[in-house]
Amino acid sequence: MSVNVNRLKCGYCGACVGVCPVGALELIETWIEVENTCTECGICVKICPVGSLEIL
Amino acid sequence: MKDKYDIIVVGAGPAGSITARTCAEGGLDVLLIEKRQEIGDPVRCAEGVSREGLKKHIEPDDRWIAAKVKGSKIIAPDGTEIRMSEDASSQKAGYTLERKVFDRALAQHAASAGAEVMVKTRASGLLHSNGAVNGIKAVYMGDTREIKADIIIGADGVESKVGKWGGIDTTMKPVDIESGAQFLVSNIEAGEYSKFYLGGEYAPGGYLWLFPKGKNTANVGLGILGSKSEKGMALLLLRKFIEKHMPQAKILEMVVGGVPVSGPIEKTATDGLLLVGDAARQSDPLTGGGIINAMDAGKIAGEVCIKAREAGDYSMKTLKEYEDRWRATIGKNMSASLKVKNMLLKFTDDQLNNLAHSLEGEDVSKMTLPALLKVLVIKNPRMLWELRY
Repeated sequence: MSVNVNRLKCGYCGACVGVCPVGALELIETWIEVENTCTECGICVKICPVGSLEIL
Repeated sequence: MKDKYDIIVVGAGPAGSITARTCAEGGLDVLLIEKRQEIGDPVRCAEGVSREGLKKHIEPDDRWIAAKVKGSKIIAPDGTEIRMSEDASSQKAGYTLERKVFDRALAQHAASAGAEVMVKTRASGLLHSNGAVNGIKAVYMGDTREIKADIIIGADGVESKVGKWGGIDTTMKPVDIESGAQFLVSNIEAGEYSKFYLGGEYAPGGYLWLFPKGKNTANVGLGILGSKSEKGMALLLLRKFIEKHMPQAKILEMVVGGVPVSGPIEKTATDGLLLVGDAARQSDPLTGGGIINAMDAGKIAGEVCIKAREAGDYSMKTLKEYEDRWRATIGKNMSASLKVKNMLLKFTDDQLNNLAHSLEGEDVSKMTLPALLKVLVIKNPRMLWELRY
């Protein structure tokens, strides 16, 4: 269960982290890390302003 | 870096730096950490502030003021313009900041007051003792160490983890956040007013803005309500607007970000822990403006920390004052803004046009947003009904 982050698109703004209902995302410095608690709910995919996230 | 401080502030944005400065000025031993290697960069902000709000905290300085604006223009979906927020006395009602310089200046103020500052240092967890927060795990250049403090300030922005680690649920639902994209553009006529374009064509559940940053440059961006957003929509709609309305524009910078528009959340403090700024979701739900609220909250938080230190009590018994004070001031305004936001969300573009038309013949140019809303309510009694229920 996971979400894929396209690092070449990601603007590391952290919007996805703020909406993750299970706290599976973290903005480390200039990249997003995804923990295995991700439920693939897809909220982050819709919130991302540049479309850098997708459910695998 | 020591292994014990009175206060550790996580995040060196406006909220964190003002908290750190206030605490340091009060004689507290303060550590301010920032996970990025550069404070203030990359920017995630439209950079507009009111002059009055800013002056409460810092003397305006041309080093970080990119442009001064006369006031605001709200543009209805059909193009009707409402001019407002002009300052009769000065001709300069607001500023567009250069956040990269501004944030650094605020951190420098905190440092001058005595706070220790560490960049490229990230909090990775909290330390607890007897149920209360009493420190952080910090990662600096790959090394993790434990640093103790009586109070931890979570000023870690929209992606805040500090609150969650401390048992405070700060998760935003899609309806609680705007998905934003912005370009710094040049080769345009920026004008002397900040502009706000309303309507579903520009930004569903939000608005599109233009904040002048100079004669020929401006921040042009938009926010879409999370519940109306689809993958990558913010950037897509922004590109569409630029192509259609300013095809000659050159893009010098791209900015993206999420703006909390939830209104006041249930809890922003616990034993040994306070949240400030975007981490506490303290941005205005209607305008998305967060800088002044963050600074106001930081000031209050700092003052409460000083009192807690004097009392030697870092539990909610003394920290509750922070909750009470920010809710009675900025929280009250946020709640009012939330009501208006929820009302505007129900309006069609035609209804928004009618609202704009209802102001024809009225001079609202000197009015602030709350005063303008009062006039709208008088002119549109149905709107009053919507606001009450």
